[in-house]
Amino acid sequence: MTDVLLGHYGYWFVFVLMVLGFYGMVVKRNLVKKLIGMNIFQVAIIMFYLSSAVKWTATIPIADPALGTADTALYISPLQHCLMLTAIVVGVATSGVAYALLITIYKRYGTLHEDELLERMKNDLDLE
Amino acid sequence: MTWIWNNSPALPVVLLLPTAIAIPLFALIDRRLARALALAVSLTTAGLGVLNLAKVLAYGPVHYHLGGWPPPIGIEYVLDELSAFVLLVINTIAFLVLVHAKTPVERELPDAGKHVPYYAVAVLMLCGFNGIVVTGDFFNLYVWLEIASLSLYGLIAVGARKAPVAAFRYLILGTIGACFYLLGLGFLFTMTGTLNMADLKAILPAVAQEPAVAVGLGLIAAGMGLKMALFPLHGWLPDSYTYAPSASSALIAPLGTKVGAYVLVRVLFFIFGVGAATRAFPLTTLIGWLGAAGILYGSILAMAQRELKRMLAYSSIAQVGYIGLGIGLANPLGLIGAVLHVMNHAAMKALLFLVAGNFRTVLGHSDIGRFDGSVRRRMPWTTAAFAVGALSMIGIPPLAGFFSKWYLALGAVARGQWIFLAVVLVSSLLNAVYFFRVIERLYLAKSEAGENAPGTDAPPSMLVPVLVLAAALVGLGLFNAVIVNGVLERIVNAALF
Repeated sequence: MTDVLLGHYGYWFVFVLMVLGFYGMVVKRNLVKKLIGMNIFQVAIIMFYLSSAVKWTATIPIADPALGTADTALYISPLQHCLMLTAIVVGVATSGVAYALLITIYKRYGTLHEDELLERMKNDLDLE
Repeated sequence: MTWIWNNSPALPVVLLLPTAIAIPLFALIDRRLARALALAVSLTTAGLGVLNLAKVLAYGPVHYHLGGWPPPIGIEYVLDELSAFVLLVINTIAFLVLVHAKTPVERELPDAGKHVPYYAVAVLMLCGFNGIVVTGDFFNLYVWLEIASLSLYGLIAVGARKAPVAAFRYLILGTIGACFYLLGLGFLFTMTGTLNMADLKAILPAVAQEPAVAVGLGLIAAGMGLKMALFPLHGWLPDSYTYAPSASSALIAPLGTKVGAYVLVRVLFFIFGVGAATRAFPLTTLIGWLGAAGILYGSILAMAQRELKRMLAYSSIAQVGYIGLGIGLANPLGLIGAVLHVMNHAAMKALLFLVAGNFRTVLGHSDIGRFDGSVRRRMPWTTAAFAVGALSMIGIPPLAGFFSKWYLALGAVARGQWIFLAVVLVSSLLNAVYFFRVIERLYLAKSEAGENAPGTDAPPSMLVPVLVLAAALVGLGLFNAVIVNGVLERIVNAALF
């Protein structure tokens, strides 16, 4: 049992982070907090990828004349980092769109709390 | 010409992405250039779709290495029968919807400054869809998926007053879907060390027993289920489709969910194969049951709706259920039904949402309760097209909608899944109930305004796409055997069961 817990502590950390983000997205009633939950969820996945690239005895993936390039076990895997750079950019873009939506919502309904928002939308008879 | 021929797999994406950026720039010269450019590029990609399908049918699958880097190091675009077929459907429908979009966009986006970005974002979304379908690389697919999704959120949010709320909800759920996909891909990547689809397919048998692979596949399926609005992951759909501008709903409803279904078919039938995908967990069967539940749920709720676009949105949940049911049958006939339904539903839903757009533009509303005989006398062509689309949805031969249900029913019989068969048959009755309710009001209800209906039908730019799609439903139905024998049989032969 302790082996499972301690041997994979990186993954447990990611798992906890993911659950936290999911909790924020589903349970929190404030739309900004939902968005923060979403960002935590994305970061957890980024961590998951990065932790899969780690090798304890390896160095950064820049060719070192002293080490040579024959033995790839001496370098950590750069691919996951490149992928996650893209994922970070995607996350930033998503957040940007989301905040733009939130600004519009706030301008129209004057609130970002989901319960109040639903209440005010009920009285808004546009296209209904 | 040889240059176009050699580079045809990458050309749709290569044309669409710069056009999306060029549209706001050219619009500085003249605003009307925005729509002209969007139309030109979508017509070109539709033409390339014909070329690509012909190429694949004549010479077999095409592998295109971007930048000359061979896979698995580089990203490759793969055109096989399935992707060429879906590409042609997507680009043709998008072109027709963009032709239609002129008047609805002007009418429903009062702020003229939003028209130019609207076309730019629509082209960007189309670019994302093309990329998803043509790519042979899992991570590239994720990037295209997000490009398409972000554009979708924007296209929805410019609609009615409530649209940003619907778009935000869609954004949260859509991002969860994309994150599940990315997480599942992470599992597959750590097990196989590759992101290339063909490479992954080759390595999979060696690690297929590992639980991590099954978990990865399950996460990818859950993510795509969210994107395609498979019951019970459909929560974002009704509000988004209802409050989006008419032009957006007609773009999103036929195409957005289909792309998710395409990825699911690609992963389950062409990379894993049904045998490997269901070794640890009966995933396809689960998708089939969720599809069946979605068919009943969507159809029953559609009956309760008073607004045409919302009714069509619930109907979309049901129609996506058919595709899920076809995947769940996991036999050749079911797969033919599912892929055929991707095309048929794209044509039918585009037609019906365009008709709803015509009603909104001409009448100012699309409330079913306020339809009566005067609407039909005022808009005879639109109403006739609606009737064709509705009959096709119900599944009246020889219209296109009949044949996908026919193959699904045959697949259910071949599999001995009598409950699925019953669901397909019962849902046709439910479809008949909620569509005849509208047809009845349009054709039989006495108008209160009297016999002389004022006004005219929608302008030609809105009527022609609608009538073309209505004719296409008849054509696709009559020439159904050609499509099934010529293309779908070959798709099924390439699939792994």
